[in-house]
Amino acid sequence: MSTTTTSLPARAEALPPPTERYTVLGWLHKNLFSTWYNALLTVIFGVVVILLLRSALEWALTQARWEVITANLRLFMVGQYPAAATWRAWACVVLLALLIGLSWGIWGRNQRAGAITFGALPFLLAILAHGEARVALLIVGVAGAIGFALSRWRSAQLQRITILGWVIYFPLVILLISGLGSADGPLSLVTTNLWGGLLLTLLLTVVGIVFSFPLGVLLALGRQSSLPIVRALCVIYIEVIRGVPLITVLFMAQLMLPLFLPGVTIDRVVRAMAGIVLFSAAYLAENVRGGLQAIPRGQYEAARALGLNTWKMMLLIILPQALKAVIPILVGQFIALFKDTSLVVIVGLLDLMGIAKAVLAQPDFLGLQAEVYLFVALVYGVFCYLMSAFSQRLEARLNAAR
Amino acid sequence: MTMTEQHHPNDLIIICRDVHKWYGHYHALRGINMQVHKGEVVVIFGPSGSGKSTFIRTINRLEEHQRGEIIVDGIRLTHDVRDIERIRMETGMVFQQFNLFPHLTVMDNITLAPIWVRGWSKAQAEEIGMQLLKRVGIPEQARKYPGQLSGGQQQRVAIARALAMQPKIMLFDEPTSALDPEMIKEVLDVMIELAESGMTMLVVTHEMGFARAVADTMYFFDQGQIVESGPPEQIFGDPKEARTKLFLSQILSH
Ligand SMILES: Nc1ncnc2c1ncn2[C@@H]1O[C@H](COP(=O)(O)OP(=O)(O)O)[C@@H](O)[C@H]1O
Ligand SMILES: [Mg+2]
Repeated sequence: MSTTTTSLPARAEALPPPTERYTVLGWLHKNLFSTWYNALLTVIFGVVVILLLRSALEWALTQARWEVITANLRLFMVGQYPAAATWRAWACVVLLALLIGLSWGIWGRNQRAGAITFGALPFLLAILAHGEARVALLIVGVAGAIGFALSRWRSAQLQRITILGWVIYFPLVILLISGLGSADGPLSLVTTNLWGGLLLTLLLTVVGIVFSFPLGVLLALGRQSSLPIVRALCVIYIEVIRGVPLITVLFMAQLMLPLFLPGVTIDRVVRAMAGIVLFSAAYLAENVRGGLQAIPRGQYEAARALGLNTWKMMLLIILPQALKAVIPILVGQFIALFKDTSLVVIVGLLDLMGIAKAVLAQPDFLGLQAEVYLFVALVYGVFCYLMSAFSQRLEARLNAAR
Repeated sequence: MTMTEQHHPNDLIIICRDVHKWYGHYHALRGINMQVHKGEVVVIFGPSGSGKSTFIRTINRLEEHQRGEIIVDGIRLTHDVRDIERIRMETGMVFQQFNLFPHLTVMDNITLAPIWVRGWSKAQAEEIGMQLLKRVGIPEQARKYPGQLSGGQQQRVAIARALAMQPKIMLFDEPTSALDPEMIKEVLDVMIELAESGMTMLVVTHEMGFARAVADTMYFFDQGQIVESGPPEQIFGDPKEARTKLFLSQILSH
C-alpha cells in the first residue's frame, strides 16, 4: 500500500446497513442443503412432490373432464340469474375493478406492481374466456387500468370521489343485482330465488360483513357499558349465539323470523342473510372487545379530560385504535364467514356449493366430484388469498403510520 | 409572588370544601379544603399514595368525590353530565404518562378537541395549534406521530393539546416523573412560561426548583389530608409540621 496518511474524519459517516445478497446457488445452499440431514429431507420431499404432482398433472391434463366446468360456468358464477340481466352483475365487477384501480393508484405502496398488474390485466382476463364473457372481462380489465391511470394522473383530487365510490358501492350493487319493483325495463326486479352461484356466495359474504360489523361493534361497546341492563342483554346475546353452531342459527332464521314478523313475508335469501349477520356479529363483538381491552385507561382519561362525550370519545379515540389492533383477527373472521356461507346449502339455497351439488346431480356429469370440487376449492382459495393479502397490506400500511 | 392574600373572594376559581373520597373501604381523601384564585399557581406534593392524584382528578371529575363540595369556575360538580363537560372544557389536564393519542399526528392530537368539542373549523384549529406548537418549541414536529417523539417532546405536545381548548385552569399530575433527567428542564421551562403568563395551575410535582420559582401556594399531602400549606418561602424556610420537614429533607437530599 502507499504511504498516504489518512486522518480520521471529524464524525463517523452514516453508512447504509449491509444488505444480504445471495446467488441462486447460495440461496439453495443456505435454505435446502445446509446440513446433511437437510439435504436428505430436501431430496426425499422433492421426490415425493414430483411423484404426486406428476400423477395429479397427468390426471388434470388427460383424464379429468373439465367440460363439466366450462359447460356450467354460467351456473357456477350466477346460478339462475336471468341472462338478460347478467350485464348488471358484470357492471358490478366493472365498477369494482375501477374502484380497485383508483385505490391502488391513490393509496397503494407498490406503484410499479400496480402499473404492471393493471397494464396486463385486460389481456390476461381476455384470454381466460371466449364469447360474451371475453368482451365483459376485457371491459373489466380496461376499467381497472383506467382507474389506475386516472388516479396516477390526479391522485389528490380523486381521493374524495374514490372514498365516496366505496361507500356507495355496496348499496349500488344491491340495487343493480336485485333491480327495482317494475316488472320490465333494464332494471327489472330479479327475485332472490334466482340468485345463485358465486354471485350469491359473495353477496351473502358482503352483506354479512357490512351489517355484522356495526352490529358487532355496538355489541362490544354494549358489553362494556356502565348500564347493567344493556350490558346483560349484550352478554346474553353474545354468549347464546356463540354457544350455537351456524347451522342452527340459519335454521332458526328460516323458521323463527316469520314468527317474529307475522304478516311480512321475508324471502329465504334475506332470512339466510339475517342468520349470517346475527351469527357473525356475536363473534365480531368478542374480537372487538379484545381490541377495546388493549386500550390503556389513560386514553379514556385524556379524551374525557378534553371534554369529549362518550360517543365522540369512542368514535374518535377508542374505536380507531381498538379496531386497528384487531384487523388481522377481523379479516380472519371474515374469511371464515366467506367459507361458512356454504352452509346455506342446508336451507336450500344454491350458492357456489349448492350449484356444485346441483351440477353433480345432472345425468351428464355424474361422478365428476373431483373436477367440480377442485374448481370450487380453487375459487374459494383465490378469494381467501386475496382477502388475506389485502389485510397484510393494510396492516403494513397502518403500522407504517406509527 | 404570594398573591393569595391580595385577592378578592370573588376571584376564586376553585373551591373545595371537606372533600372525601373512598375506594371501596379505603378512605383516600379525608376532608380536603382548598381555595384557588384566578392566576394562582398551586404546587401539591407529598409521599406516594397520599391522594395527590386522586384529589387533582376530582377537580375535572375523572374521579368522583363522595362527600363535600367542589366548585370550579362557578359550577358545582354534581352528576350532571353537561356541567361536567363544561368544567372539562375549562380545565386542561397533563398526565404523568402523556396519554397522547397514538393513532393521530401531533397536530391532530392538538386540534381534535377544539374541532369536535368547541366546534372550530379545521383551519382555525390548525392555526392555533401551530401557534401552540411554536410556544412549546416544536413546530417542526406537527406532522409526526407521538411514537416518533422523545418523552419531553411528547409531554410538550400534551401541554399544547390541553392549552388548545383555551382552558382557564391547567391541572398537572407529575408531568415530569416519567421523563429522563435531561428532558425535565424543557418541560418545566414551558410550565414556568405558562405560570408567568397568568394561567391558574394546580401542579402535583416534586420538582422543588419549579415550586420555589413559580408557586404561590404549596400544599403538603399525607394520608389523604392536607398536612400543611403556605407560600414556598414558608414551606421551605420554616415548615411547621414535623412530617413536612422530614419529607422535604428526604426529597431535597436527592
Ligand atoms: N382506582 C383505584 N382503586 C382503588 N384504590 C385506588 C385507586 N386509585 C388510587 N387508589 C389508592 O388511593 C390512594 C391514593 O392514590 P393516589 O391519589 O394515586 O396517590 P398519589 O398520587 O399521591 O401517589 C393510594 O393508596 C392508592 O392505592
Ligand atoms: Mg399520583
